[in-house]
Amino acid sequence: MKVSELWLREWVDPPADTAALADRLTLAGFEVEAVRPCGAGLNGVVVGMVRECAPVPQSDHLTLCRVDAGQGRLHQVVCGAPNVRVGGRYPFAAPGATLPGGRSIGATLIRGVQSEGMLCSEAELGLGDAAGGLLELDGDAAPGTGLGSVLALDDNVLEIALTPNRGDCMSIAGLARETAALYRIGITAAPAVPAAAASDRRRSVRLAAAAGCPRYAGRIIDDADLTRPAPLWLRERLRRADIRSINAAVDIANYVMLELGQPMHAFDDAKLNGDIVVRFAHAGETLTFLDNEQRDLDADMLVITDAGGVVAMAGVMGGLHTSVTPSTRSLFLESAHFAPDAIMGRARRLGLQTDAGQRFERGVDPELAARALERATTLLLESCGGRPGPLVDTRDDAAFPRKSAIPLRSGRVRRVLGAELAPEAIEGILRRLGLEPAPAAGGWSVGIPAFRFDLSLEADLIEEIARVHGYDRLPSRKLGGRVGMHSGGPDPRLREWRRALAARGYQEAITYSFTDTTLQEQFAGPGDTLSLRNPIASDLGVMRQSLLPGLLGALSFNRKRQQERVRLFEIGRGYRLDREAIRQPLLLAGISCGTYFPEQWDISTRDGDFHDLKGDVEELLAVAGFRNGCRWRPVAKPGLHPGQSAEIILENQPIGYIATLHPGALKGLDLKEPVLFFELDLEQIPARKAPSFRPISRFPSVRRDIAVVVARELAVARVLDVVTEAAGEVLTNLELFDVYQGEGIDLGKKSLALGLTFQATSLTLTDEAVDSVIESVLNSLKEKYGGTLREKS
Amino acid sequence: MHDVANLVQRATAEIAAARDVKTLEAARTRFLGRKGELTALLKSLGTLPEADRPAAGEAINDAKTRLHAAIEHRRTALEQERIDARLSAERVDVTLPGRGQRHGGLHPVTQTLELVEDLFTQIGFAIADGPEIENDYYNFEALNIPAQHPARAMHDTFYLRDHPLLLRTHTSNVQIRYMQHHPPPLRIISTGRVYRCDSDMTHTPMFHQIEGLVVDEDSSFADLKGVLEDFVAHFFGRPVELRFRPSYFPFTEPSAEVDIRGESGWLEILGCGMVHPRVLENVGIDSERFTGFAFGMGAERLAMLKYGINDLRIFFENDLRFLRQFG
Repeated sequence: MKVSELWLREWVDPPADTAALADRLTLAGFEVEAVRPCGAGLNGVVVGMVRECAPVPQSDHLTLCRVDAGQGRLHQVVCGAPNVRVGGRYPFAAPGATLPGGRSIGATLIRGVQSEGMLCSEAELGLGDAAGGLLELDGDAAPGTGLGSVLALDDNVLEIALTPNRGDCMSIAGLARETAALYRIGITAAPAVPAAAASDRRRSVRLAAAAGCPRYAGRIIDDADLTRPAPLWLRERLRRADIRSINAAVDIANYVMLELGQPMHAFDDAKLNGDIVVRFAHAGETLTFLDNEQRDLDADMLVITDAGGVVAMAGVMGGLHTSVTPSTRSLFLESAHFAPDAIMGRARRLGLQTDAGQRFERGVDPELAARALERATTLLLESCGGRPGPLVDTRDDAAFPRKSAIPLRSGRVRRVLGAELAPEAIEGILRRLGLEPAPAAGGWSVGIPAFRFDLSLEADLIEEIARVHGYDRLPSRKLGGRVGMHSGGPDPRLREWRRALAARGYQEAITYSFTDTTLQEQFAGPGDTLSLRNPIASDLGVMRQSLLPGLLGALSFNRKRQQERVRLFEIGRGYRLDREAIRQPLLLAGISCGTYFPEQWDISTRDGDFHDLKGDVEELLAVAGFRNGCRWRPVAKPGLHPGQSAEIILENQPIGYIATLHPGALKGLDLKEPVLFFELDLEQIPARKAPSFRPISRFPSVRRDIAVVVARELAVARVLDVVTEAAGEVLTNLELFDVYQGEGIDLGKKSLALGLTFQATSLTLTDEAVDSVIESVLNSLKEKYGGTLREKS
Repeated sequence: MHDVANLVQRATAEIAAARDVKTLEAARTRFLGRKGELTALLKSLGTLPEADRPAAGEAINDAKTRLHAAIEHRRTALEQERIDARLSAERVDVTLPGRGQRHGGLHPVTQTLELVEDLFTQIGFAIADGPEIENDYYNFEALNIPAQHPARAMHDTFYLRDHPLLLRTHTSNVQIRYMQHHPPPLRIISTGRVYRCDSDMTHTPMFHQIEGLVVDEDSSFADLKGVLEDFVAHFFGRPVELRFRPSYFPFTEPSAEVDIRGESGWLEILGCGMVHPRVLENVGIDSERFTGFAFGMGAERLAMLKYGINDLRIFFENDLRFLRQFG
């Protein structure tokens, strides 16, 4: 909310400068986000009155004006604004004046015509956004008067971030009340003198939904001249609050809302028929709003109706048909109380957000209605004249909101705040806020004024005490208390995995959890996808099932920035539908592209390949506590190289996969092949088991190397399995140290060089014993896969 | 005797001149070997008069000892020379870079989250986790934010299509889920991704939050202040001026926002407050017996302040030139 400091100080004038006031408000919960001086950078701008106008030759939009700036002679000024007219008074920057942004004004030639100075718009003066025409000043502003004094520019706009619980402070009156409480001073309220009725014209009001609207004050004003604008000072205050001037009736209604906090509405009385009924909308009813949009109304929306139907959505916005126009002669002013419950959320549902709606859904003081209507009447009669009818104040006392007193225990204050506050201090704070503490056992019973919609619990009162006392003045202490040990929590291996990958040259990435549906379907296929109802962008429309699309995007991003070698990993959730249940498994994935080693001296510059990546994944599995025991099974998945993809199986469960990406999936991503990728579902990896100790053998070990020839297609894992099984317990290590195919080996075969290390726990193995194990290994290989010992060449 | 002295002189010269072990060995054989010159002299002792023999014998033995010593000395010197020559040939440029994989690194957000977790676990906080796809109850209702509440407008929420679910707008859902299953006293910290339907210079649709919750019989606003003062000092590793400013969250009361003093004024870093009694009651905790406090902060915001990063969006671009700056 934007608040004029001058206006606030008219109500309450604490002995503090602007910065101190802003700080004090901030520390009381009214965060002053910015203080903007009005008229900053303006120098030498005065009221200029246009005495003559003539077209500029050879121009279809420029006007040659003669401007009276109170100096006895007229300035010749070329002006491009459409609203310039003889007799008009506008801000005039004479040569030597400066405008915001350091722009200094001098005499210039425009289309060959001398121009001594400039008539200004709001935007040029830095006062607002309106740039389409000159700022019109009041007709009584004397030419030559400084603009600062005409517009009261020696002011600041305080931009206050009001929290949604403090609807009562969305006004000068409300903020003044708080400021007075903070500084322990009094306030001067704007007068609200009842207007004597000059006619007896009135509209009856029926409250048909009294819980939603227990009070409705209305008044007819006849013969008002709405061609006359509201006074400049009033429009200027609206502008400082970012409210656009429309006409005197609307401007005054808005002004009273800003001043007192009571939203009001002005109808063209001639367009109303019969009595006013406040009720909930009926199914199928619609209203064409002031913004010229027709909207369907729901049955939980409170509406103002006349004999002809809905004329306004209560507390939100009026209808177009009954709105005030310059030709309006008779007004019907509304000042009502609508309950927050009857307003909340409805405007948003219709895509509307209005100042009135914001106030009513937070709570407007029900006692304000008549006072605000009198204040508006006074201002309107001053501006536009007219004959007021009687103020008709319709109330349903049974439905009127009542606040019950809240018990407040001094012990509870002490416990929640951890501070000892004197009872007098507590009482003083409550009283200054307009609350009524009455002594009760152990504390007080606190009466709550009608304007405080946010106070219903003891905790609410404790907050008020702490806030006004000052959080900075409350004590702090180190955390004590009872603390036990705990199990559970995140998998400690998460940190180890991250560091293992970093040690292998991977950088951790964090990519969005939503991705592009087309990209995702290249790898996942359709189905099981969760999509967003309101994505931020169409290419972020679905929840990722895998980290692959995000990492591929990050890879591509880096490749486009001249990074040849990219290794990235991410730990994050995937999201998918699994038999009607939503699964959000934690995934770990890595992507790699480019040479195996970074570029450096005297080292291989080969590209990383499938088995390099497999080594990285094996490292992760070792970190997980599973150095052995994983099986790798060829797998076919969309988007993956059909010959270089494997599913990883641990304890008979698939835990992830590793693959070279299919070249077709990389199209348009500016990627250099091969691109390698792995992904593990961390929730499928069992917890690390505590190892059980095996004694270390005291006897020497024996190593034998053999080379066996098997079919080229045979998976090495099969061979290793057979060897391990056939060799039995004495085999303590098995190393595959060469895979060879080519000269000396039959086509369709390959030679595997194996190093077997044997050791027994209770004796030294003899050569004969080892020979016999090797023999049974070879026999098994022959029997199972036709493997033969490679002949020495 | 003259022969011995002569021999010693010749032998010594030859030993000293030996340029390698082989030449040295040849000299040893020639003078000290079984058929060597000194051995020959020894054998010729018998030809000397009886009276001269002891003196001659002593001279020969003395010569033998001296020559042995000379040879050993020379051998040691030669070996040293050989090793020195080899080592000299093996000299490398120690300034050449080391070989192998180059270390990658952890994302600055991860480093921030880990540091925060480490600080809070020091004082007994357990680490809790919760789902990111969440329902309305845990994200809003249970936290005292009913359907029509104006505070919902502060959360630009992502909703799923075809399911009555949303992406959590804060990590506070973990508070509810944890309290439902863990009786107080409890203290937890929870970190993770949160989502707001908002994207511009200072907002990304996804970011990370850190949530803290303490519930005990004697938790007070003073504890909250103490914990956060402690945290800020240790997180930034230097004394930092901070202030507690009243604010509003539906699930805490009193509520506060905490600012730290930056170069150009106060910077907001977190929101906090005493757990609202209604929130405790929603999870079946007696709000008369127990009180609690909670706090929530943006991890990216903390990382920006700690590392001097000025652009929120860069966290999710995954530009290696950015990531590598953090190790």
